[in-house]
Amino acid sequence: MSQAQEQETVREDGKIRSVSGPVVQAVDLDARMNDVVYVGDEGLMGEVIEIEGDITTIQVYEETSGVGPGEPVMNTGEPLTVDLGPGLLDSIYDGVQRPLDVLESKMDSAFLDRGVDAPGIELDKHWEFTPEVSAGDEVEPGDIVGTVEETVTIDHKVLVPPTFEGGEVTSVESGDFTVEETVVELDNGEEITMRQEWPVREARPSANKKTPREPLVSGQRILDGLFPIAKGGTAAIPGPFGSGKTVTQHSLAKFADADIIVYVGCGERGNEMTEVIDDFPDLEDPSTGNPLMARTSLIANTSNMPVAARESCVYTGITIAEYYRDMGYDVALMADSTSRWAEAMREISSRLEEMPGEEGYPAYLAARLSEFYERAGYFENINDTEGSISAIGAVSPPGGDFSEPVTQNTLRIVKTFWALDADLAERRHFPAINWNESYSLYQSQLDPWFQENVEQDWPEERQWAVDVLDEEGELQEIVQLVGKDALPEDQQLTLEVARYLREGYLQQNAFNPTDMYCPPAKTYAILTAIHKFNDEAFRALEAGVPVDEIADIEAAPRLNRIATQEDWEEYVAELKDTIETQLREKY
Amino acid sequence: MKEYKTITEISGPLVFAEVDEPVGYDEIVEIETPNGETKRGQILESEEGVVAIQVFEGTTGIDKNASVRFLGETMKMPVTEDLLGRVLDGSGRPIDGGPEIVPEEREDIVGAAINPYSREYPEEFIQTGVSGIDGMNTLVRGQKLPIFSGSGLPHNELALQVARQATVPEEAAEEGEDASEFAVIFGAMGITAEEANEFMEDFEQTGALERSVVFMNLADDPAVERTVTPRMALTTAEYLAFEKGYHVLVILTDITNYCEALREIGAAREEVPGRRGYPGYMYTDLAQLYERAGRIKGREGSVTQIPILTMPGDDDTHPIPDLTGYITEGQIMLDRGLNSQGVEPPIDVLPSLSRLMDDGIGEGLTREDHADVSDQMYAAYAEGEDLRDLVNIVGREALSERDNKYLDFAERFEEEFVDQGYDTNRSIAETLDIGWELLSTLPKTELNRVDEELIEQYYQDTDSEEAEEVAAD
Ligand SMILES: Nc1ncnc2c1ncn2[C@@H]1O[C@H](COP(=O)(O)OP(=O)(O)OP(=O)(O)O)[C@@H](O)[C@H]1O
Ligand SMILES: [Mg+2]
Repeated sequence: MSQAQEQETVREDGKIRSVSGPVVQAVDLDARMNDVVYVGDEGLMGEVIEIEGDITTIQVYEETSGVGPGEPVMNTGEPLTVDLGPGLLDSIYDGVQRPLDVLESKMDSAFLDRGVDAPGIELDKHWEFTPEVSAGDEVEPGDIVGTVEETVTIDHKVLVPPTFEGGEVTSVESGDFTVEETVVELDNGEEITMRQEWPVREARPSANKKTPREPLVSGQRILDGLFPIAKGGTAAIPGPFGSGKTVTQHSLAKFADADIIVYVGCGERGNEMTEVIDDFPDLEDPSTGNPLMARTSLIANTSNMPVAARESCVYTGITIAEYYRDMGYDVALMADSTSRWAEAMREISSRLEEMPGEEGYPAYLAARLSEFYERAGYFENINDTEGSISAIGAVSPPGGDFSEPVTQNTLRIVKTFWALDADLAERRHFPAINWNESYSLYQSQLDPWFQENVEQDWPEERQWAVDVLDEEGELQEIVQLVGKDALPEDQQLTLEVARYLREGYLQQNAFNPTDMYCPPAKTYAILTAIHKFNDEAFRALEAGVPVDEIADIEAAPRLNRIATQEDWEEYVAELKDTIETQLREKY
Repeated sequence: MKEYKTITEISGPLVFAEVDEPVGYDEIVEIETPNGETKRGQILESEEGVVAIQVFEGTTGIDKNASVRFLGETMKMPVTEDLLGRVLDGSGRPIDGGPEIVPEEREDIVGAAINPYSREYPEEFIQTGVSGIDGMNTLVRGQKLPIFSGSGLPHNELALQVARQATVPEEAAEEGEDASEFAVIFGAMGITAEEANEFMEDFEQTGALERSVVFMNLADDPAVERTVTPRMALTTAEYLAFEKGYHVLVILTDITNYCEALREIGAAREEVPGRRGYPGYMYTDLAQLYERAGRIKGREGSVTQIPILTMPGDDDTHPIPDLTGYITEGQIMLDRGLNSQGVEPPIDVLPSLSRLMDDGIGEGLTREDHADVSDQMYAAYAEGEDLRDLVNIVGREALSERDNKYLDFAERFEEEFVDQGYDTNRSIAETLDIGWELLSTLPKTELNRVDEELIEQYYQDTDSEEAEEVAAD
């Protein structure tokens, strides 16, 4: 959040009329909806959320203990904005973009104090600006005027703010500058710096949305293999507590082949953010080999932090994502959990005594959710580059029941659904993504990519796996009644094959150093190895080999170990041969 | 300080009064009843001219003539190291007849949130001596790991066993200590006098009281006071941990009573209720308690929380366990079935979880085989459990040899691994060795979650042959 906004229209200050938790009412305040205000003697940051006659209602982003009627309220006259510019990456913010490391040193405490503000990006740091335009060039809003090496991985593109008119470049700087110094000047007097502001609740403009055709490769077998998400796609990952939402989101943040990761920890655990801060600098980005933090921006509004800032944190995140999209990057945004965001809306709404909708959520819940996911997509930018935002939201349904409003309203919007399952999690089948309930509507538009980049028969292999798993589901119902031995031998064999699909293919341990990331080629290789076993086993069965003998061959259990092999190519080749030999020996 | 006799309305735990000066939100109020009793309360809503006060000790005896004083500050807990060994009531006043407490500091009980950037990730293994926890759902220093129980289940016994036995083996070895090195903060909310005695006797017998601070809000104490008790307890815990360097274990019982108190206040305020009548902000409220566990960079101590809650109707989708599970770092689930089988402690490991386990175990921390053993035992026990339903229908004979082995495994797992009694203190090595004994009843090829080298090292071949013979006849 920026402080440099006093120069705006001077507006009249008001005073507090009432305080109830995060909701404060003020009188005599001349304000517009969504203006940022400073509340009380301590100047707590808040936002105008309702105006009725002379009474202005404000949601306050900090604790309000001790604040009382009569204290002043000062209006900044500006909506809630984020600071955009170099320095966004490799940093961690609270829900209103205050850098948590800066807060720690400003407050000189490990605990979050009140009334302390800090700019979102460092104002006095010097960055080396390399111009990409020269005097005399015409530039339009959104155009790239130069670059800055923001981190080892990312070249930050300095853009003409979308709100500018554009015109002819009259002077260009080159070299070290702070983000507030002018680096490019236009003939109409507009001065371009490396920093711009944008109101978080408003989408940054784009030229066009296009159909996504490339997968966001996640390195997670069940996702890439069965339920892929596109670059520019949307996904929801709902599940009860402890089913693996956060672990999956973390895996995506680590391994997804996006250029930029924006990770929004919304109303969840402090330690989970600490884990990211600790792990990411030491982990390698699989596509560049650089530290993961170099492409990551973290937003942390943990569950014990003020509830109003929980409402704003997803907007802060998506605005940062849009900014990098505008530079032509593929951005992936994870929000964990969107339910906490929805609950924050509910809490504020109920303090406002608005008419509650389903389960007490405000009537505008569905609209807010779809506005948010609409900001994702594969875009043609206003500067003619292409960029994407993939948005992946965790959902935490009460009691794990997917029929509740947040899950249902989310499912109406997103195109990928990864359903987590408490039963699978209980038996430590991870990721506990239920393969019967989950789906991806991107599958067919992404198949050509997998065919071209992995193997031609990718779709057929996948279909084979899906069929076997389906059949297993049906057979299991019978087994529950009569036991496995009562089934005909070919069906028993199908169960055996399906078990390898579940254990060797679908399961993936996020904490195993080798298995945590599985490139698509390996995903494919594991599948074909199990398929090979299937084909050889059924041949043996037809030749009269009893199913027990088939299942007992020495090589079969090794199908479950491919995932943890570093040199999986050799291992798979060798394993396929051994399976063939061992089974053919039997007849 | 100005006194008002301006009460306009009394409703459940709430009192409304008119004021002619501004009063800060959350600030403390004293109300003196006509018969001289002083009650404390807190500002729930402050408007120009009128305030809503939530009274901790209940509104009985308050009438419109009662006088109201505003103390101009939010609720504070007087803290000092001398609190160790003391017994206090639910609002932090001594009830043990001991000397007056001379505070070193007075801390706001609504603790500020720990900056996530300033946290240190918890990863030091705490050995509780309980296999169902250490082996399968490892606790680490700075974790919040609740016990999900049901009424009548032995959650207190388990909590006491943990409080008695908890050590950090590595440090204990270095310092040559063997006794528990945790300071224990015990926060009772609405428990019965009998339960309270159980705890107190155990604390006294084991000498634990000396390193404990006890906060007692009993069943017949005012319900609203329950909303401050855990905050008092946690403020004390934070002080001892982050100012004085103690490793603190906080036991809060029973969170269910705490939530009932929240519901009561919500109803009195005529708020729009959330699921099953509990306030919509209960998640946030509970998070403000549970998130006060943790470690902080550069500070010596730690706050580890073991909240206890009884699930109404043994239903883990009830809002109290549900919201808790969404905030805490796992849960230890007690099971009525296991309890009636006589398994002590009746921990059902399948729905139990410790999310901080992965970083707290392994070579140099516990043992190199820990992760694989626990993973494999989960899978094997889950499989055995599944088969039990089937056995009831088709009988053991109709099952394959493989299935029979899993059934045996599940049985022995409960009887030998989980059931250890409340007085047995097992080292992590003992726990894992029992694990291997059980895993060795399964064929090696079934152990696909265990590294092959570890199988070579730990698998007990002879046992398995015997087991095979047993299963065969
Ligand atoms: N892919 C995986 N590999 C190994 N373990 C996993 C995996 N996914 C989940 N787990 C296990 O499940 C636990 C819970 O996962 P996680 O914390 O992601 O749950 P969650 O759905 O985010 O729960 P909550 O809603 O309470 O935040 C983890 O601590 C880990 O032990
Ligand atoms: Mg989570």
